[in-house]
Amino acid sequence: MEIKREDILHLANLSNFSLSEAEIEKLGGDLQDIIKYISQLDELNTDSVEPTYQVFEMENVWRDDEILVQDANREELLALTKEEKDNQIKVPKVL
Amino acid sequence: MKIANKTVTATQLVKDALDKAKHFADYNIFTYVNEEGALKKAAEIDAKIARGEEVGRLAGVPFAMKDNFLSPEGETTASAHILEGFTSPITATAIEKLEKEGAIMIGRTNMDAFAHGSSTENSYFGPTLNSHDRERVSGGSSGGSAVAVALDIVEFATGTDTGGSIRQPASFNGVYGLKPTYGTISRYGVVAMASSTDCVGFFTKTPDDMNLLMEVASGQDPKDLTTLPDYYNESEAKKVKKIGIIKDFDNESVDAEIRQALKTKCEDLKAKGCEIVELEMPALKYALAAYYIIVPAEIASNLSRYDGVRYGFRSEDSANLEDLYPNTRSEGFMPENKRRIMIGNFVLSSGFYDAYFLKAAKARTLIVNEYLEAFSKCDAILTPVAPNPAFKLGEKVNDPVSMYLEDVMSVPLNLAGVPGLTIPAGETASGLPIGLQLVGPRRSDKTLIEFSKELM
Repeated sequence: MEIKREDILHLANLSNFSLSEAEIEKLGGDLQDIIKYISQLDELNTDSVEPTYQVFEMENVWRDDEILVQDANREELLALTKEEKDNQIKVPKVL
Repeated sequence: MKIANKTVTATQLVKDALDKAKHFADYNIFTYVNEEGALKKAAEIDAKIARGEEVGRLAGVPFAMKDNFLSPEGETTASAHILEGFTSPITATAIEKLEKEGAIMIGRTNMDAFAHGSSTENSYFGPTLNSHDRERVSGGSSGGSAVAVALDIVEFATGTDTGGSIRQPASFNGVYGLKPTYGTISRYGVVAMASSTDCVGFFTKTPDDMNLLMEVASGQDPKDLTTLPDYYNESEAKKVKKIGIIKDFDNESVDAEIRQALKTKCEDLKAKGCEIVELEMPALKYALAAYYIIVPAEIASNLSRYDGVRYGFRSEDSANLEDLYPNTRSEGFMPENKRRIMIGNFVLSSGFYDAYFLKAAKARTLIVNEYLEAFSKCDAILTPVAPNPAFKLGEKVNDPVSMYLEDVMSVPLNLAGVPGLTIPAGETASGLPIGLQLVGPRRSDKTLIEFSKELM
């Protein structure tokens, strides 16, 4: 399939990117090449084949419903943010 | 490996490693050198030895840690701008286990940002040079770790392998590199790339060192519910008698010297009484396409957490919160990160999900089944790791698909969850290392490590 400029903008939006014009052009070409390559899967017959999403041999690993002690406390986690005030993470205005 | 004792002190081992790290600084191996922290730990171990107290199995052994392992020593950046300034309050389980046995981290190693790449050229900090030829790539994504071991700076290094990121750089630098069975080593505290294929593993100079590290680091972890119940230490190495070779991998697109190295090893094995079995695995041809659908989809999901709010880099001067996210992500991610996130969102988006993601998941079933069938005919498979030895810096960096083709023989294992061990297999006429990979059924890690001694 052909990847158009509006497709790139749509994918950038889904990915939360704001791209420069140069990036739109470069990524457009790259993504076209990659999609062409991965589209060769069309050749493979997968009729009546069940999908595999994980190769871990177990399912539904349960643990007791207890609160575990976390390795990092609130102060340590808040120290990682750029701006903090009154135990809250500060961000630019929302509206 | 050299372990500290009364005559060889931990301080001396660590000092030697730090000196060598400085000596090879222009290879751009380390994103952080842990000089102060490492010497302090070494002194503590030496004091214990002097007092006659018990020390661990890796006492005073200097190691290098890929920059996607979390620990409070140095910033954990995964060689990505968007994690700049992030010093982790927690330690990865694998690192905790190594340190409990006395191993000492002397530096964090360079990698393709978020482990997206096969050459370490996608690092925010620039590429790591190949240990044998400074004009060539180190391989990737764990390039820094492979070179740190190959140049004998450290006894071992940690890595992660999502589609070949341990095995390919090991092969490009002439060292051992193991991608264990999926779920063998805890991923708690490791920067996530693709959760259904990510594995923690090691680079070493000998099979015995690899075995020791697996004994220490493997096992179930309550903090990572995708770790398998302990099996490694209880497992026994099985005798390998039948070796499979994959017919489709013996073609013109694979370097002639690598194909010759494989043939030579097969002859050696025959002389030792092994049987060589030719395998037909037709779905493997599609493994790379399936991989570059499934993995970007998981990347798009895992990397959506990087928003500049809670940790790491934050774009300055955003007018409002809605601008902060795209500004931070656009400035913080490398071009290859962006390509993979966008491809992931493409294959998951409505209208394309069935044709790409679901199709790839079905292809994955066929690949898993082909391995199961192959291992009913042989005990282990021997193949090249990559189609070529280390390539020139800059050669593939502007052509994403040609870079992806590097992974064509390494990704099938990750899709199936089976283990693979890169073994050194000589050098090309121009002196570049050649590596081959031994592949076995799930939980055959110890068998592969033991068998690799027969291929030395």
